[in-house]
Amino acid sequence: MKHLAFAAGLLSATAAFAETRELTVYTYDSFVSDWGPGPAVEKAFEEVCGCDLKLVGAGDGAALLARVKLEGARSDADIVLGLDTNLTAAAAETGLFAPSGVRADYALPVSWEDPLFVPYDWGYFAFVHNADAAAPGDFKALAASDKKIVIQDPRSSTPGLGLLLWVKAAYGEDAPAIWEGLADNVVTVTKGWSEAYGMFLEGEADMVLSYTTSPAYHLIAEEDSSKAAAPFAEGHYMQVEVAGKLAATDQPELADQFLSFMVSDAFQSIIPTTNWMYPAVTPAAGLPEGFETLVTPEKSLLLPAADAAAVRDAALDEWLTALSR
Amino acid sequence: MADRAQPLSPWPGILAATGVAALILGTLVAVVLRAEAGTGLGASDWAALRFTLVQASLSALFSVGLAVPVARALARRRFPGRRVLIALLGAPFILPVIVAILGLLEVFGRAGWVSQGLGLFGLEPIRIYGLHGVVLAHVFFNLPLATRLILQGWQEIPAERFRLAAQLNIEGASMFRLLELPMLRQVVPGVLAVVFAICLTSFAVALTLGGGPRATTIELAIYQAFRFDFDLGRAALLSAVQLILTGTAAFLALKVSLGEGFGGGLDRQVRRWDGRGSRVLDAVWILLAGAFLLLPLAAIVLSGVPGLLELPPVVVRAALTSVGVALVSTLILLLLALPMAAAVALGRAGAVEMSGILGLAASPLVIGTGLFIVIFPIADPFDFALPVTAVVNAVMALPFALRILVPRARAVVARYGRLGLSLDMGGWSFVRWVLLPRMRPQIGFAAGLGAALSMGDLGVIALFADPELATLPLQIYRLMGAYRMEAAAGAALLLLALSMGLFWLLDRGGRWHAEA
Amino acid sequence: MLKLERCLISNGEFDLSADLEIEQGQRIAVIGPSGAGKTTLIEAIAGFRPLAQGRLFWQAEDLSEKPPGRRPVAMLFQDGNLFPHLTVAQNVGLGLRPDLRLDKAQQENVMRALSRVGLDGLEARKPAALSGGQQSRVALARVLVQGRAMLLLDEPFAALGPALKAEMLDLVAELADETGATLLMVSHDPDDARRIAGQVVLVAEGKAHPPVTTAELLDNPPPVLRAYLG
Repeated sequence: MKHLAFAAGLLSATAAFAETRELTVYTYDSFVSDWGPGPAVEKAFEEVCGCDLKLVGAGDGAALLARVKLEGARSDADIVLGLDTNLTAAAAETGLFAPSGVRADYALPVSWEDPLFVPYDWGYFAFVHNADAAAPGDFKALAASDKKIVIQDPRSSTPGLGLLLWVKAAYGEDAPAIWEGLADNVVTVTKGWSEAYGMFLEGEADMVLSYTTSPAYHLIAEEDSSKAAAPFAEGHYMQVEVAGKLAATDQPELADQFLSFMVSDAFQSIIPTTNWMYPAVTPAAGLPEGFETLVTPEKSLLLPAADAAAVRDAALDEWLTALSR
Repeated sequence: MADRAQPLSPWPGILAATGVAALILGTLVAVVLRAEAGTGLGASDWAALRFTLVQASLSALFSVGLAVPVARALARRRFPGRRVLIALLGAPFILPVIVAILGLLEVFGRAGWVSQGLGLFGLEPIRIYGLHGVVLAHVFFNLPLATRLILQGWQEIPAERFRLAAQLNIEGASMFRLLELPMLRQVVPGVLAVVFAICLTSFAVALTLGGGPRATTIELAIYQAFRFDFDLGRAALLSAVQLILTGTAAFLALKVSLGEGFGGGLDRQVRRWDGRGSRVLDAVWILLAGAFLLLPLAAIVLSGVPGLLELPPVVVRAALTSVGVALVSTLILLLLALPMAAAVALGRAGAVEMSGILGLAASPLVIGTGLFIVIFPIADPFDFALPVTAVVNAVMALPFALRILVPRARAVVARYGRLGLSLDMGGWSFVRWVLLPRMRPQIGFAAGLGAALSMGDLGVIALFADPELATLPLQIYRLMGAYRMEAAAGAALLLLALSMGLFWLLDRGGRWHAEA
Repeated sequence: MLKLERCLISNGEFDLSADLEIEQGQRIAVIGPSGAGKTTLIEAIAGFRPLAQGRLFWQAEDLSEKPPGRRPVAMLFQDGNLFPHLTVAQNVGLGLRPDLRLDKAQQENVMRALSRVGLDGLEARKPAALSGGQQSRVALARVLVQGRAMLLLDEPFAALGPALKAEMLDLVAELADETGATLLMVSHDPDDARRIAGQVVLVAEGKAHPPVTTAELLDNPPPVLRAYLG
């Protein structure tokens, strides 16, 4: 019965909006999930735009880009939300995206100059461990320790690719040596973040590759302060998540309105406790309580989009060579 | 033989097989046509091919090699809880991969129950990660399936033959040679081919249990080609390699599995008089297999119970969606599998069986992408998320359904074909009054397996996900992605219970009031 | 009249030729050495084996290309004459309508046939709950409702004891007389032939010979038959 009522609700909603403008946003699946920012973002934007915001989920960031490439200029999408700086070079190369014109007072640790893409949140990759255990202070100490880590495969996972670039950004040509040192610490490599994090929680490894913001979830949502992120002296690689407007959109003004809304308080205050990342623009009310306990890396690492794309394949080969032994 | 009169037409089955082949090969072609010039196969792809072949062959050999004694023990023994045990044996196979991995590691991992137990005696924890870990995980998934299929082979031996054997005081090794070996020669090659094909497309399990990029399979290479390099041509090429390998395995299996049937019996209850001496051995096999398969399930149940009570309503809604998709998928499965099984029984084995097994070899990523490319110019692919999922799940379950249905269909046509013909029971009358009633237990089993598989499969829904109409496996992934591991474990338990429930209902339904 | 016109039947191992006529209403025993092709001949008449050459007629009708169920033939096999999952009444009813959609008159017809073969009150049973003789009677009741012009028996009573077999053969003879059906039965036993068959077709050395009177052949067997009869 619930199902029927739900279906009926959907129908009447569709009918009511038949006359209104519709903005279609492609994003990654966890954004639209009931535990992600999607539902709150949709409600907040629809209150101000007098339109219907249609969020469409497609896998993760890389799958999202593949999808946009497949659809090309005929895509129904007006906005693509959820690419990161490791993908923006390839995304820009498609020529499908239009300049945004959005400016904001970003709270990013790096300056943001990209004409096409607008950042909406960011975070640092980090190894998360149990707070009661001592953690190594950098990659070399980790390699020398007997700590066991679970990481994700860069070929199938966003954090996995982030770690690849982290080591590359920190060590450049010495990256292969670092990976060889880490090889005996790596318990295993997983397809995605969820497998790795689940294994860590089960005790399969001492540390898992995740984000500095991960402990915030346990602290705020579960009131559990037993997880911590290990600060690394080399600095931490950043993930900056962005959105862009498709050039072929049939709703260019609405799309611009959404991108501006995205860097406004209404959107940004939703991000910290739904996407568990830092908002790109700090909301007026500040960050939620608990975020102040997170480690703040002394150094932020981020390869420019073009460089990230250029070193990616070579870095992957080094990684494969070191870990395949 | 081919020009002998037949009670049925093989054409519906040939048509169904053609449709399945068109879906699998058509999506592949769609991807190829959409591809821009890319690179061919590189050294790492060949390494992936080698590893894939090694792990899939070993996994198939161990799964089936161990399934034979377990099935033999289960076929010979009657004990309280036997039915429940056999039903539970289906469970590992239908779990979403991520849930199964975590359950397995809770038992066999570095910090798992086994390692903890060893630690009590001051022993080192076991090292699960490596080729042996991959094989162990694949045996966990496939041993139960292989056992069920082989056990069914045992049940196909008519009661009269065992009676005769008992009368002649044939036991042990002689019984094995006389009745069981010929049956195994017919059944085992097909089961080997199916398990090999399943393991061929393994990705997350192989990578995680294999301990890193050494354990790169073709499916992972497809994934890389698709999302890391966006090289559709290479993805399609690798997918074609998978299809060829599976096709070859299926072809070899068909070649060696030819053999005489056992003729019919009078539906007497099978009773066994042999094997008094090996009671202990049988018990050991059953206990070992039971422990190996049920411990990880117990781990999943234990982690799931706390989360079960506070499942959000969207998860319950997703569960209903999944049940709906599973039932539709099962219906499609039967509409494909029954005519195909009949066509095979009527002597059109080769091409129909081959097309039936392709479903296993097809990369879900390539099928999904291919369907996307095909549907996109005509309609919004998201509108088709659930129907597409139902169809693809049915095609993926088809090889299992055929393994279950074909032997019985052969026996029915062989035994009752002439009688039906002499009574002018052409076509539908034969189906309605002979084929379907004679195959009810097998249809129930196949439907149960198909429904359960569809419940547990993330399948192509991940590529077409509609936020409003998520399936349960997708919601489990979403819960995990949102750090809600406890709720995800609860949802996984719900999924396990629903899958088992559906399986049990359909499987029992097939046997209800049936004599066999 | 059943007419096999210069027929050649191949069973994969050898060819059997037949050029013969059988009178309507006759009761024929088909005898001959083991493996000579008795069953092959019956199967060809019933339509389970195609003719390599020649034609097959019933009266003026050419049966050569007709499927088994469309020939004026009812047949009982060595075994497997009943569907174990159907009731006695359903097994008989199949002789009237293959889709079992029987009307009232047809249902009564089934009950009459069961009564005729002595199976009153057993219509709801499944075959496994019947004795061997009773199972044979069910099959005969079906033959009765089929009302076909020819009845072919491929040793359906071989598994029964001598007394029971004789009883069944007598029942077959009675039913054939009542319906006027032409009977062809494969037999190993010359006594069976003497018991109910007026004529004998000898199948030997790749040939089905035209029918001759039973007593004539059995009292004065040709060498090939003599070796077989011992």
